[in-house]
Amino acid sequence: MSMLKWFDDRYPLTKVWNEHLAQYYAPKNFNFWYFMGSLGMLVLVNQILTGVWLAMMYKPDASLAFGSVEYIMRDVDWGWLIRYLHSTGASAFFIVIYLHMFRGLLYGSYRKPRELLWIIGVVIYIVMMATAFMGYLLPWGQMSYWGAQVIINLFSAVPVVGEELGVWIRGDYVVSDATLNRFFALHFLLPFLLAGIVFVHIVALHKVGSNNPDGVEIKKGPKGNRWSETAPADGIPFHPYYSVKDIAGIAGFLFLFAAAVFFAPEMGGYFLEHPNFEPANPLKTPEHIAPVWYFTPFYAILRAVPSFAGSAFPGVVAMGAAIVLIFFLPWLDRSPVKSIRYKGTLFKVWLAIFVVSFILLGWLGVQPATPVLTLLAQVCTFLYFAFFLLMPIYSKMDKTKPVPERVTK
Amino acid sequence: MSADGVDLKKRRMLTVATSVVGAVGAGYVVYPFLASWAPSEKAKAAGAPVEADISKLEPGQLLRVKWRGKPVWIVRRTERNLSDLAKLEDRLTDPASDMPQQPDYCKNQARARKPEFLVAVGICTHLGCSPTYRPDMAPADLGPEWVGGFFCPCHGSRFDLAGRVFRGVPAPANLVIPPYYYLSDTRILVGEDGGAA
Amino acid sequence: MKKLIVALLLALVPLLVVASGGVHLDDADIDVGDQGSLQRGAKYFVNYCLSCHSAKFQRFNRTARDLGLTEDEVKENLMFTTDKIGDPMNIAMDPENANSWFGVTPPDLSVISRARGVDWIYTYLRSFYLDESRPFGVNNMVFPDVGMPHVLWNLQGTRKAVFTEHEGQKVFQRFEQVTPGSMSSEEFDSAMRDLTAFLSYVAEPIQLERQRLGVRVLLFIAVFFVLAYLLKKEYWKDVH
Repeated sequence: MSMLKWFDDRYPLTKVWNEHLAQYYAPKNFNFWYFMGSLGMLVLVNQILTGVWLAMMYKPDASLAFGSVEYIMRDVDWGWLIRYLHSTGASAFFIVIYLHMFRGLLYGSYRKPRELLWIIGVVIYIVMMATAFMGYLLPWGQMSYWGAQVIINLFSAVPVVGEELGVWIRGDYVVSDATLNRFFALHFLLPFLLAGIVFVHIVALHKVGSNNPDGVEIKKGPKGNRWSETAPADGIPFHPYYSVKDIAGIAGFLFLFAAAVFFAPEMGGYFLEHPNFEPANPLKTPEHIAPVWYFTPFYAILRAVPSFAGSAFPGVVAMGAAIVLIFFLPWLDRSPVKSIRYKGTLFKVWLAIFVVSFILLGWLGVQPATPVLTLLAQVCTFLYFAFFLLMPIYSKMDKTKPVPERVTK
Repeated sequence: MSADGVDLKKRRMLTVATSVVGAVGAGYVVYPFLASWAPSEKAKAAGAPVEADISKLEPGQLLRVKWRGKPVWIVRRTERNLSDLAKLEDRLTDPASDMPQQPDYCKNQARARKPEFLVAVGICTHLGCSPTYRPDMAPADLGPEWVGGFFCPCHGSRFDLAGRVFRGVPAPANLVIPPYYYLSDTRILVGEDGGAA
Repeated sequence: MKKLIVALLLALVPLLVVASGGVHLDDADIDVGDQGSLQRGAKYFVNYCLSCHSAKFQRFNRTARDLGLTEDEVKENLMFTTDKIGDPMNIAMDPENANSWFGVTPPDLSVISRARGVDWIYTYLRSFYLDESRPFGVNNMVFPDVGMPHVLWNLQGTRKAVFTEHEGQKVFQRFEQVTPGSMSSEEFDSAMRDLTAFLSYVAEPIQLERQRLGVRVLLFIAVFFVLAYLLKKEYWKDVH
């Protein structure tokens, strides 16, 4: 123990351990949805680790990039596994984070006093999207190339400065070697920034304490449990109770993750798109291009909004607004209760509409734009925005149920 | 809320079991990352055995081939050179080639499969410079005792014409003899033993 | 609102059907685990494809190892463009010449089966038909106006396509043999299945080992999960 004391005199080792693990009291009624936070961190670590290793063998050069990916897949010992862990990890990251965000919607985890926690979380989501987008260019396949082309052209739709903005981002008149090189540098950098924001996210969480499926503030409830007289009665120490629970959750997740990595790394063209096995060709657009699945809801919104006065800008604005609106959720929800368990039918119906529209938009984003599908996308876009913009009204009108004093089982 | 009915022994057992299996799993995860640093198939293909044609090599001449990115010398030694080898032994660090710097079939005075031809990796065993071939007898800069050999310009290490290092120079060991064998009387394959290891 | 959701979902059903349209592709039904099939496929590949199409990410020695051949067997039967067993399957043809001969540079085939799918390749190889309007006198049902000649014609023979008119549109009915090839129709299908299997192997040489390893990894994780779950249950006895 003298070793520990030596450290504690110089570094708050025991203090941090206690404050954030052994004596951090989390509500005892976490359910399935509460696995996603720890899983998100696990996947981030996986992405950074496999990514750094891939960077040791990958060549960010337009004439070498495609070949270097195949070099990793064939010539490097275990390179195929490291690459599949990374490509599958990208999709897994979004699955986990979408579920994590949905958990927030279900239980009102964005409500006071957790507004800032939510905002930091949305920042993480946006940085994640930027990272994923830049990473997707690196294999330098047809989808990489044309996907980047389309997304960068969104910036070109900005009035007045758009054209120069697009050229500046690409460093060329088309997506080129210069673009690839800078995207590689940023794709390497951003995950470390991401890890930093995740740290801040957790600091904010531990300041306000975790929400729970009942939306009851355990800190305001009675005090005293078997571990501490002053701790909330409905709290349990994070370690060992949630650490062992999260380990079991991680094992379950790893089973599904490994199943994808070893048996379906392409996931039917959703994790690795088929046209991306053709090297980028600036002279030939694939017959049908679609972004990777995690971007498709927003891509569908972009396409659903018609151009106005010869400018694609309204679609770009709509897409941007669809993301920015998420920031305002804490102030849009006026319900007296946090958790879906005590909210009324009206809110539940709207949440269902939102989920269905979001999934439909995701599906529409990979389909070719036909008139019928465009109409459907427009309906879904309308409903997506209505969910947010009408929330102050329907969340107030909603007939809520009484919230219990203590958390329920 | 009490600790009643807690079986601490079972708890400890499960903790140990989970930790051990988890640690083994972590080991399995680490392995591919470490293994990926080994030479790739591309590097192995580039470092594949190389063939050298020695039919046009004159006595006293040196031929350089590249094997695994390193210079490999093939020297056709003269009768005089070979007889000199024996005379130098008391001035060498490892005259009998006891250090594992060569395949077993080259652990002889000439350090070669056939005494006439020396095959050696041309990298100084001190700090990796490539020594120069100095077949001339008693040149001014190397002194009157020099009967031909290799001189490293970086730190002055000296080797005889069997790649054996002289005493009193920075290099600690004889030059490395790569695996090789004769495909025919005039063709050598550097990088493979030909099954005679 | 629920009605709306149901209506939306119902509206999607016909769209799904429409979206899956296009040329009918035959089931390739390949077995990448069948080394005999891969060896025959490799032979067809080097004899008929490898003069114009490279597989530049695939090395001969890897092919030898994975197909259960010795390096000497590969050197004698499969290597015509190089004598170094560690070399990739490159071609000697100059891309610019190729461009002037075929109108396009023949693509590298290393990962073509991952880009197009094995069913597409299997069907494509068997869908050439006589068409006087094309430079090489043949066209392809799956890849209309393809730049590639029918290099396998001496195996398959030549065929013409029979179309019927339907509301002003040409509708493909069937192929009719014009001149016989050295192979029967069944033999040719089987040969193309082997070639497709080889292309599938080349696109991801690790695929079989990946799945073998996957089984063991999943078993290991399952064991770990059971232990972790029991541990969790044990600790959570404290929580009431």
